[in-house]
Formats: sequence, structure tokens, C-alpha cells
Amino acid sequence: MTTKQAVRMAVALPAKHRSRLMNTAREARFPVGTRLFEEGRKADRFWVVRTGTVTLDMHVPGRRSAAIESLAAGELVGWSWLFPPYLWHFGAEATTPVRAYEFDALAIRLMCDSDPQLGAAVAQWVGQVLAHRLTQARMRLLDLYAPHGSGPPR
Amino acid sequence: MTALPVPYRVVARWQETPDTRTLRVEPVRERLCPFVPGQFAMVHAFGRGEIPVSASAIPIGGGLGFTVRRVGAVSEGLYEAGPGDTVGLRGPYGTGWELEKAACDDLVVVAGGIGLAPLRPLVRDAVADPEPYGRLNVLVGARTPADLMAHRETGLWRTAYTGVTVDRPGAGWSGDIGFVTALLGRARFDPRATTAFVCGPEPMIRATALRLAALGVPGEHIRVSLERNMRCATGHCGHCQLGPLLLCRDGPVIGWDLAEQLMTVREL
Repeated sequence: MTTKQAVRMAVALPAKHRSRLMNTAREARFPVGTRLFEEGRKADRFWVVRTGTVTLDMHVPGRRSAAIESLAAGELVGWSWLFPPYLWHFGAEATTPVRAYEFDALAIRLMCDSDPQLGAAVAQWVGQVLAHRLTQARMRLLDLYAPHGSGPPR
Repeated sequence: MTALPVPYRVVARWQETPDTRTLRVEPVRERLCPFVPGQFAMVHAFGRGEIPVSASAIPIGGGLGFTVRRVGAVSEGLYEAGPGDTVGLRGPYGTGWELEKAACDDLVVVAGGIGLAPLRPLVRDAVADPEPYGRLNVLVGARTPADLMAHRETGLWRTAYTGVTVDRPGAGWSGDIGFVTALLGRARFDPRATTAFVCGPEPMIRATALRLAALGVPGEHIRVSLERNMRCATGHCGHCQLGPLLLCRDGPVIGWDLAEQLMTVREL
């Protein structure tokens, strides 16, 4: 199983690649309620949370957006920037005051293009994040806490 | 211990979640032997039958608490029992959490849904007498905010870290959203000197224990509570067999070093 620890940038990326990325990072602060991005908009940045909580949400027509997952310190916020068409799949909002490292997506993609080793490492990191979240989503899909949520006994 | 149900009177009940209540019971005459956290009783709803229920409260002043979710005929009967009604108890049965063996260790308590019920007496003991232990972490996952058992009490426990997360937040929820294992990344513990206590649906137990093991917590220090179809509760009928174990006698609380192999065998 991919563990949450393993998908953290500090663990998933080798030091030399991590430091190259961090050299491009800038510090960002978001007050409570700030929308980091909106579903369907251009994915031109991403973040690694330092403190606070960011909640991912999905637009539901005719209803309020559905919150689907919260992300805390050390976690990657945003992966749509790595894959065409570079549009956000979800929305994101700061549910507490958030401090984060902010990265320019285009600059990182260009760095990855010019350095295949870096590109592979970043792709692997983001892939691990996606695999971890898919596993978590599937666990939640089982609705385990409901009566007989894990299915009838054999 | 007795093979016949001993009458206990319901002296109070309270709603934990929309389909779950806790009954506080006192002996009518005879009193059962003292329970330790993690042990269970066979709780008898007269005219309906009996089911195994772990003690969810073991007050110093006597009496017992049992938390019952309304899912079948017997649990429905117990759920509907109110003050003045009588239920039957057999027990105590099974192994306990053995908190005392975790002296000097950090404690990680992980509960899924009403899996918090059997863990509550353990947490209360650790909160009441924190001196022998390291840092206490309590992680709780539930389906929705309304399904959070003892949510107010959970917030009052003095811990190094208390995390609560839900699968489906709904309006007004500002806490965490996600599976309970996600909270392990925020808990404060030294894996090499930690004892974990895990209770909830078995896939959640497995995911949590694997995660704890991956972090370096030794298997024998990961205590999990398993459920099977307990009938006699005395190790004779075999209904609760899990591989070489009879969970009514050898469990329900066992170490992950024993449980891991058994939980990966299909159809077991």
C-alpha cells in the first residue's frame, strides 16, 4: 500500500530533485475561505501545504459544492497541472489559515522536459499521490462504517 | 462467570448516533465479575436472543455501559430497552486491550464508526492516569458528522493529538474529510515505542494495521479487536473460529502479529 508518508514530497523526491523544485518555490498564505482554484480553470500552479488545511471539493449542479477530501501539512495540493489539458479537476478552499509553498506549473514542466531524470522523479511522486488518493477513495467507497457496509457476511 | 444470563436493570440510556444507543445497566441482584476494557458480554434481550457486545463504559462506581447499534432483531430489542427494563448479561468474556502492557509507550488509538465503543474505557483509563504512558493519540473516523459517537467527550480528552475525520461531511462540517488512516500522518508517536489499539470494520483495521506496521510499529504492539459470530462465548461451539483461534476465548483483542496472516486468507 502506498502510505501517506511515502507520498510526501520530502520523502518521495530525491534530495537533488527536491532542492531544484524548492529553489523555484515561493511562500504563499491563504486566509480561511480563500479559493485556491476552481474546477475547469487553468491549472497553472500547485502547492505543498506547510500548515493548515485545504479542502478539495466538486461542483454539484443545483447544490452546494461537495467537499471530498482534506489535505494537511506536507501534502500536495493540485495534480492537474502535470497532465494535459492542464485544467483543474476539482476546486480547493482553505478551511483554516494556510501557509504553503507555491510552484509555477509551467516552469516545473519546462524543467522536467529539459531534465528527464527530474521529470521521471516528479511524475513518480505525483503518481504515488494519485495512487494513494485512489486507494483512500476506494476504501471510502466501501462505506465501511454503515451497517453491513462492507457487504453481507459470507 | 456464569452460563446463565444474570439480570441487569437499565438505569439510563442515551443516543450516540441516529441508530446507536448506550445503555447503562446495574445488577438487579448478583453482579458479574469485573470487566476490563476490550472484554465483551453476551447481552440478552429477553424473548429475542443474545448478542456479543463489548463494554463501552466500566464506571468505577459499578454498573456497565453497552453501546448497541440497531441492525437486527436482538440489537433492536436492546436499542429499544429503556430505564427500568431488564436485560440479561453473561460474561465477562475474551481478552482485553491490556493497556498496562503499554507502559512507557506512546499510545495510538484508532476507531472506525462505533468501533470507538470498546475503545472508550481504554481511553478513559489512559486519560485518567496518563503518567505511565507516553503521548496519547486518538484518531476517529466516521461516515458522517452525525455518526460520530461520543463526539463531545472525544473533544474533551487531553491528548497529544485527537483527529476526527468523516467520509461525507455535509453542510457545516469544518473538520477533516477522508479515511481515518490519513490521520496517522499527523499523530505524534515514535513507532518503535508505540502501542496501537484499533477497532472498527475489518477492512479499516487491516488498512490501519498495515499502515502502522509500515511506519515501524511492531506487529505485537498493534492490538486489534475482531468480530465473528459468537454464540456460546466459552470456546465450545466453534462459531467464532478464525483459523486456529476461537475469538470468544483467544480474542476479541489479538496482536497484529497473529491477525495479519488470518486476515489475508480469503473466505476465512
